[in-house]
Amino acid sequence: MDKQTAKIVARRKLEDRIFNALGIFCTLVALSTLALLLGDLLVTGLSRIDWQFLTSFPSRKAERSGILSSWVGSLVVMCVTGCTAVPLGIAAGVYMEEYGRKGRINTIIEVNIANLAGVPSIIYGLMALGIFVYYLGLGQSVLAGGLTLAVLILPIVIVSTREALRTVPVQIREAAYALGASKWQVISHHLLRYSLGGISTGVIIAISRAIGETAPLITIGALTFIAFLPTSPLAEPFPEHLTDWLHSPFAVLPIQMFNWTSRPTEDFHRNAAAAGIILIAVTLSLNAVAIFVRHRVRRHIKW
Amino acid sequence: MYSSWRKTLVCVAMIAFAAAEGCSSKTNSSTGSHSGGAGAAAAGDSVIKIDGSSTVFPVTEAVAEEFQAATKIHVTVGIAGTGGGFKKFCRGETDVSNASRPILAEEIALAKENGVEYVELPICFDALTVAVNPQATWVDSITVEELKKIWEPGAQGKITKWNQIRPEWPDQPFVLFGAGSDSGTFDYFTEAVCGKAKASRGDFTASEDDNVLVQGIEGNKYALGYLPFAYYEPNKAKLKALAVDWEKDKIGATLPSAEAIIGGKYNPLSRPLFIYVSKKSAARPEVKQFIEFYLKNVTELATEVKYVPLPPAAYTAISERFAKMKTGSGFGGVPEVGLAVEDILKREPK
Repeated sequence: MDKQTAKIVARRKLEDRIFNALGIFCTLVALSTLALLLGDLLVTGLSRIDWQFLTSFPSRKAERSGILSSWVGSLVVMCVTGCTAVPLGIAAGVYMEEYGRKGRINTIIEVNIANLAGVPSIIYGLMALGIFVYYLGLGQSVLAGGLTLAVLILPIVIVSTREALRTVPVQIREAAYALGASKWQVISHHLLRYSLGGISTGVIIAISRAIGETAPLITIGALTFIAFLPTSPLAEPFPEHLTDWLHSPFAVLPIQMFNWTSRPTEDFHRNAAAAGIILIAVTLSLNAVAIFVRHRVRRHIKW
Repeated sequence: MYSSWRKTLVCVAMIAFAAAEGCSSKTNSSTGSHSGGAGAAAAGDSVIKIDGSSTVFPVTEAVAEEFQAATKIHVTVGIAGTGGGFKKFCRGETDVSNASRPILAEEIALAKENGVEYVELPICFDALTVAVNPQATWVDSITVEELKKIWEPGAQGKITKWNQIRPEWPDQPFVLFGAGSDSGTFDYFTEAVCGKAKASRGDFTASEDDNVLVQGIEGNKYALGYLPFAYYEPNKAKLKALAVDWEKDKIGATLPSAEAIIGGKYNPLSRPLFIYVSKKSAARPEVKQFIEFYLKNVTELATEVKYVPLPPAAYTAISERFAKMKTGSGFGGVPEVGLAVEDILKREPK
């Protein structure tokens, strides 16, 4: 190797190392911010989390208050969101990927859906206030809140469904068609099953985004103090109260947390931190479920 | 492999079933709620719906908590803000509205349009505290005129140093902290000090979160700011409150304290907080019971959440106003500052 080449190699190696260091630095900045945040939350709030905190309604006394109504609220709202956004989103994704003709209209729809994913959530809140709360007359109910968040995450579900369908190799379709399967059979027997991992990952990530949303729910009138739970669908006499919970007023975890951080006294800030830990724990475990599902589904696919 | 697919299929089927359930209930609700009015709650009409100011929220929350514990009647309280609360209230969507200022002319018009009549009930005091860093040994009191000199819009960029206000104060730039422009606190302070709501200089650290203001003032020796009394009380060790001298009432410099506020001596920076009750809702026995409970217990509960209650005689007059259902506002849609409780109660609602 002559001198010239050695010099060039040394320079390239140096560049390599610089970029490597830069990459590590950037990762560390992101990670340490997260770690600091989590650490601060844990230090402030962890000691506050106990059974009482999970099973009490909000109160003017910090040590007596809890997050019962808000976590139940978050749960039932997510139920409505999931039950609406998932089938709608998957169906729309399948249509656009498999049935929709590639034309100008389809392109316009595609561009719009991609853009919708980036619309600020407060805009969805305002739209929901007009359409769900007033026009459809749903009021400030679990149903209105759930539908609002469903519309919010719909683009994410659609996009991830389409991505997942695209990963199925074309040979699989061709093989199925070759055996005389109809289009719907190809989709339901093969495409949907193989892409289930990708779809469920998208769905769970979308849900964990929705669970942290505050702005659109405040806009449609989610509450801050509510010390009763939605009527159980199984309440006696049995079938009569089946859908009552959908019309119940509600509070959600992020709103409760927001309200506590703005209180004057320290002990409410501890409550807020504790609620934050619960919220992060829920989000992280949802993500863990997503990873697990993806892993499990992939393991069974051998093509 | 096959069995695991079957499991996932069952899952998908369950989701689909749940979705169908969701859809069917959607249709139910859109037909059902038209008859029941906007937002009929699950428990029927027995829920008492309250929304409005986040400043009044802690008091109403405390009352709602105790009331629900005592009677099992459901109460919900939101924090849409005074303006947002009135918007719902004047459409007839809520039973009670929390307000950190009297109802404004356009809100009165909206209520009239929708046939909503209301009773205006002052329930306690809130006071704004002008605070500095505990190390600011040179200052103990400030006049409203001086505050105006600091905070008026024209001061922006010109009045920047302590000694521009009083020559004996240090030749150091001050750092200002105040409420964000969406809060009732901002409206009230600017109204009381500068003479016009929302007229303020813009070059100060503004925050809707009063805890940020506490931290800011605590962290800077030359800081000056204003914040609600309820936030000053628990942070007494970190902040130093200034006595405020209002030239107009000739009482002299007064430090904020419960006694001074009740006695009407801490003006113009103390303000009454209100709840508005819809006449139609008050006809419901549970709402009537709630308001009576509110007026009976607010003295104790307001103190507990660090607000200043009205003098006992005032509550007698207010209860009477509610009992007689005297509707309308005593302010005629125009906000005013520096009124004593007696003055407020003397005003006949119109």
